[in-house]
Amino acid sequence: MKKEEVLSIIDKHRDQGDGLISVLEEIQTKYSYLPAEALKLVAERTGRSAVDVYSVATFYRSFSLKPRGKHLCLVCQGTACHVRGAPQVEKEFARQLQVQPGETTPDREFTLETVNCLGACALGPVVVMDGHYFSNVRTSRVKSILDKTRAGLDDAELKADLRDFVLTVSCPRCNHSLMDPHHPIDGSPSIKVTVATEGEHGWLRLSALYGSFTVESEFGIRTDAVVDFFCPHCHAVLKGASLCPLPQCRAPMVSMIVRAGGVVQICSRRGCKGHMLDLNGSGV
Amino acid sequence: MITLTINGLRVEVEQGTTVLEAARFLGFPIPTLCHMEGLSPYGACRLCVVEIGEGPKAKLVSSCTYPAEEGLRVRTASARVLRARKMVLELLLASCPQSKVIQDLASAHQVRQQRFRQEHEDCILCGLCVRMCEEQMMAKAIGFRGRGSTRSLGTPFDIKSEVCRLCGGCIYVCPACQLRCTYTEPDKAICGGCANLSPPCVEKERFDDMMCYMNPCVACEIVKD
Repeated sequence: MKKEEVLSIIDKHRDQGDGLISVLEEIQTKYSYLPAEALKLVAERTGRSAVDVYSVATFYRSFSLKPRGKHLCLVCQGTACHVRGAPQVEKEFARQLQVQPGETTPDREFTLETVNCLGACALGPVVVMDGHYFSNVRTSRVKSILDKTRAGLDDAELKADLRDFVLTVSCPRCNHSLMDPHHPIDGSPSIKVTVATEGEHGWLRLSALYGSFTVESEFGIRTDAVVDFFCPHCHAVLKGASLCPLPQCRAPMVSMIVRAGGVVQICSRRGCKGHMLDLNGSGV
Repeated sequence: MITLTINGLRVEVEQGTTVLEAARFLGFPIPTLCHMEGLSPYGACRLCVVEIGEGPKAKLVSSCTYPAEEGLRVRTASARVLRARKMVLELLLASCPQSKVIQDLASAHQVRQQRFRQEHEDCILCGLCVRMCEEQMMAKAIGFRGRGSTRSLGTPFDIKSEVCRLCGGCIYVCPACQLRCTYTEPDKAICGGCANLSPPCVEKERFDDMMCYMNPCVACEIVKD
């Protein structure tokens, strides 16, 4: 533990009212546990008494005063997980790692802990390994989970997930789909809208692949020209309320409804890559 | 001024007075363990329960933390209050049977049996010592640690606190552990164990038996390790 590192973490939270839990969380992320000297430093620096900091650190289960291993294995012991066999899963982890819950393996690789409920009761028994959730865990899967973790969970998931993120959008006024399956761009249905700029009028096809900026249009549009977008079905203007987030652009945004929920907004300036995707938003 | 009715008697009290203070002003006895004048109310022991409200809306509240309200109707000794109080005492007896204070209170409230699993804790987590240390002694050396069934009182990391001045205030106010060391004046001490040893307090093993918080012992300065 370095004194300067802890002090800089504490000072970072100065302007947020010395949020004690945020400070402790960050220290814990850095060292995987809360060293006693760090707690003392937090108390001194924030003007709290040592016992206040200590009582917060011992109150929350997510804080640990003992060094944790490289990987943190949480086995849910909530009621739903319990009746579906979480105790057996916990025993199996304890047997394979040869530690009791709350302990760390001698090689400092794994820390086994139990939690009371993760709120994912329908998926039980749930095991969380370094923030990766495993659902419906049986004792037979314990070994493969441990092997996967040793091999590196982040690598495994990135390699397995090669899906493209394709948006299916519709008009915010008539809710008619804007997708054109007959003219695919980037291998998936394109988004077809009507556009008008500088006296010209015609169709425009956008790639539905998120992150791709491929565009096809009926007529050539001058780069940096601001274009008006219309729904090809109800002819409503697809202009959103906000402006492009890029400071050098500030052109009006074009908004469309994402079928899976949310709103996507793209910049109406030709060649500008400003866009906003809000999967929780509902308004236009 | 606020007017409220306690056991049918009207009383006028100032804004911010608690129901407990108003009842004591009228002379109604309400037993307390975690309340002490000069310390902020905490509402931990629940011995001071009173019944407020009327009919089906009547409820039990801890009077030490309940501020007096205009038109409030309080009953300090209804059947429901007495039943609840007896239950609280029975539970306290189950966790701390050796406390003289709790024994006396239980006896005064006709608690004749204790039906729960007997434990032998030396703390009821009333927080008196924490408030004493913080509010009167301005030290903040001890506090609550952990949560739930593992909640406990003490210093961080169970090592002697740098801010503790060994004033003994925490031991003085404790309702559960008064058998612990109360300093060395044998006539004043309830325990006096360390002073009454012969030879006095030279063997560390015997010093441990004294349940003494003082470290080092103020009398003989033997460091308890």
